[in-house]
Amino acid sequence: MNERDLLDRVTRVPGVRGALLVAAADGLVVAEQLMDGVDGRAAAALAGSMMGRLMRTAQQAGHRRPSFVHLRADAGSMLAAPGPDDLLLVAVTSPDANVGLARLEMIDAAGRLG
Amino acid sequence: MSEDIRALTVRLADEPSSLAFLELAEALRRRGQLDAACKVARGGVGRYPGLADAHDLLARILSDQGDLAGAFDAWSAALQLDPMRAAALKGVGFLYFRAGDAVAALDHLQRAAQADPDDPSIPTALERVRAEVRRDHVPRPNGTPPPPPEPARPPATPFDGIEGGGQGFLLVDGNGLRLSGSLRASGEDAGDRVAAQLAGVSREAARATRILGLGPWHSIAVESADGHLFLAAPTADTVLLTARDHSLPLARVGLLAERASRAAKAWLEAMG
Repeated sequence: MNERDLLDRVTRVPGVRGALLVAAADGLVVAEQLMDGVDGRAAAALAGSMMGRLMRTAQQAGHRRPSFVHLRADAGSMLAAPGPDDLLLVAVTSPDANVGLARLEMIDAAGRLG
Repeated sequence: MSEDIRALTVRLADEPSSLAFLELAEALRRRGQLDAACKVARGGVGRYPGLADAHDLLARILSDQGDLAGAFDAWSAALQLDPMRAAALKGVGFLYFRAGDAVAALDHLQRAAQADPDDPSIPTALERVRAEVRRDHVPRPNGTPPPPPEPARPPATPFDGIEGGGQGFLLVDGNGLRLSGSLRASGEDAGDRVAAQLAGVSREAARATRILGLGPWHSIAVESADGHLFLAAPTADTVLLTARDHSLPLARVGLLAERASRAAKAWLEAMG
């Protein structure tokens, strides 16, 4: 499955406004599929930075690498699922999104990366 | 077997992946066939784990069966998928009320009222819960003045009385310093190390959600093979980390973190 197919699977979930693949270490976009109004470069940089901090926090708390992160806000969510080779699958959703389904698709898709 | 149940059973047999299980389980529940309803609903939840309707239906059936812990889990799962689902908020509010936590019940029912202002049962339930909350503050009937209140002193920790209060909660200030709580990792207290990593996380989350047009942030849930971490901001300058293993579903960790966050906010206010 190529990158486009993986992003397709995530963006087909109701309420997902866009998905992108990010190089977590430098926060750069590898591939993206976004609706108008979602700033891919900003999402990549912010997700990369946030994930780095949460990975360090999890490590200090005695946890292994996170498998999924859900940042919930008033007007939607940012979701992230780390894959191999320092890749990070990120999605931005509206508040009425099916987060449960997006989570399952993202964890599965992230496992197929690399 | 009634005609509607027979027809729905045939439909579900023909199309096992259809959503007919919702109607069939509800029809069985209404007829009091709770075991059959539960079996159908569980099958639906298994096929559609991301469908809040399925979890909500299972919760109502389990509640009817008297399995309140199971109902709580199922409603929590529905709220994780749809945080403003009125039926689930009502259900969780009812369970908190039964467990004697009127404040948490009130909070959930108020959110249910926001989510569904047309449901006439919610104001009635709210009034009942508010009466319970006020009960301790009613003036003494014989006219004698109540004894002067003791000077209010904040408790030593905000998490007394909360499930697992002694462990797995960490309240951190904006500079990454521990305010309260403890967290153990590999048999050692890891609270200060974790707190240091959380310095400024609230500002970073706020910046991320602002730039992405998502508005103010509420929580960050982090899943790993070792358990769940849940971050919330009791106040603008503090972050509360709740850590639990997989024995507690993530949605329930979220509810627990919500209670702990309210307690932490009250504790901080009492500290001045």
